Amino acid sequence: MEAQTSDFLTVKKSSPRIEAFKMFLKRLFKNKAAVIGGLIVIFIVFVGIFGPHLVKTDPYAQNLLNKLQPPSKEHWFGTDNFGRDIFTRIVYGTGLTLKVGFLSVLFGGVIGVIFGIVSGYYGGIIDTLIMRVMDVLLAFPGILLALAIVSVLGGSITNVIIAVGIFSIPTFARIVRGSTLEVRKLEYVDAIRALGASDMRIIFKHILPNILSPIIVQGTMRIATAILTASGLAFLGLGAAPPTAEWGAMLSDGRSYMHNASHMVLFPGMMIVIAVLAFNVFGDGLRDALDPKMKQ
Amino acid sequence: MTKYIIRRLLQTIPVLFGVSILVFSLMFLIPGDAAQVIAGEGASEQTIENIREKLGLNDPAYVQYGRFITNAIQGDLGNSVRTGRSVMEEIEVRFWTTFELAIYSTILAVFIGLIAGVISAVRHYTLTDVAIMIIALFGLSMPNFWLGLMLIQWFALGNLPFGLTMPDWLFNIVQMKPSGWGEWNQMVLPVITLGTGGAAIIARMTRSSMLEVIGQDYIRTARAKGVSERIVIYRHALKNALIPVVTVIGLEFGAFLGGAVLTETIFAINGMGRLTVTAISQRDFPILQGTILVISLLFVLVNLLVDISYKFLNKRIDLN
Repeated sequence: MEAQTSDFLTVKKSSPRIEAFKMFLKRLFKNKAAVIGGLIVIFIVFVGIFGPHLVKTDPYAQNLLNKLQPPSKEHWFGTDNFGRDIFTRIVYGTGLTLKVGFLSVLFGGVIGVIFGIVSGYYGGIIDTLIMRVMDVLLAFPGILLALAIVSVLGGSITNVIIAVGIFSIPTFARIVRGSTLEVRKLEYVDAIRALGASDMRIIFKHILPNILSPIIVQGTMRIATAILTASGLAFLGLGAAPPTAEWGAMLSDGRSYMHNASHMVLFPGMMIVIAVLAFNVFGDGLRDALDPKMKQ
Repeated sequence: MTKYIIRRLLQTIPVLFGVSILVFSLMFLIPGDAAQVIAGEGASEQTIENIREKLGLNDPAYVQYGRFITNAIQGDLGNSVRTGRSVMEEIEVRFWTTFELAIYSTILAVFIGLIAGVISAVRHYTLTDVAIMIIALFGLSMPNFWLGLMLIQWFALGNLPFGLTMPDWLFNIVQMKPSGWGEWNQMVLPVITLGTGGAAIIARMTRSSMLEVIGQDYIRTARAKGVSERIVIYRHALKNALIPVVTVIGLEFGAFLGGAVLTETIFAINGMGRLTVTAISQRDFPILQGTILVISLLFVLVNLLVDISYKFLNKRIDLN
């Protein structure tokens, strides 16, 4: 009897969700590109959090006698027009870049997911209204919407996060609406509703957990887009105020010194490419692992 | 078909209406007094009042919007608060430059993207495929403003990475101008800068679309009948694989219009993108509203044309 109970418990422990998660991890670790992308993401996050405590130089310390120095043993990425160490500034800028990327996606993601679920779940006039608003937001190509918002709100990190976040809302809303429409039609949702569950309970307890995969994938990919957009805004002078170490702004500063100090442009740009690439590759891998059907 | 076009046109109206509201609302997003912000710090009360009067900011919001939309429909987007010139005139002078830049970038992106995508799909899971997809991933992840600066560095200044300099004989052949628009050697670098990201997206899309089509029964049947591989790929597969790619091309053209803001700034091209950036730095909000409105309208129109072109490309699409 005891053995039977033990067997029963063992079976119960490996629930379908745990099994699915194990399968997901197995598929993810099989994908070499995704693993490399993931490791780079972890490294970037590590640098963003602990980097400023590990480098000893001050990112804002000016030394005009030492300005525009090429890469050397003392200054791995050279110095800028104020003699500041570019490597240190890049390390400090990593945290800022990640902050803008994560927070803007979180902001846009939360609002987009709410709009998407409400739209897909309730349908009708609510759906039409929300989706038309999303169409309007999508009618602004490229970084134009974020540019317009931040240009009137004024250049600051908070405003960049808001602008880039708003830029992400329609993408999340459309994807989540599509997924909600699929899940809503399933029989188990009808059964839960018949049992008297409230709309909120159905949405948060039964629909949301089942549409998390596309949200996670989209979130990862959008961080890459957010980093690109935010650095583009900073390049135009619409990001953090000087002398903040921000990759896009550092690139912009380097423009005037390109003929004799190309490293001022090269290294911040390379960092943006590496960060965006890592999030894109990791996002691709997550998508393939979470939904193998979408791989093609 | 006519019904479909009429319905799509009607669906566009609320979007355009929404775009106009959002563009108009930009003025209300300005923290504090818009007239004060436009006039700048230290401006006299009289100057601020003049701006308020000129822009009609004393009227209620709905009156202001009514005036904005009525004038916009008639092609009047107000006047620049800096130069006093008509916003439409300012845009007209620069519109074709940005349009040309976006068109040439689209042509480059489609040309490279399609070739790379088809080669990648035909040789899928080979070294060529992997190499093309890695390059595409780089193209996708590269900020175009950085690529632009690097291209200027290499092909306009002749400075290669790590302190190397391009040999004179080679530099004389490949040398490009770092700024301006009109001559071919001024246009090459901006077009590559803007088109690269799009080429990467089209290559990825073409590859996945081709792979999907190649796996279908009718392709297997064609092969079984002994049709040559070249005909199978180019006549049967590519034709159907192109349908989803068309959407991406339309979206990319729009993205290029938006992306022109950065490219035109880097290469000092006097187009709508640069006009937008100048308007932001000068806090010239009528110009900013005008450029954003025109670019968005163009984007909506391009998407409409793409949707309609679907019908001609694929009869299987359910227009309902």
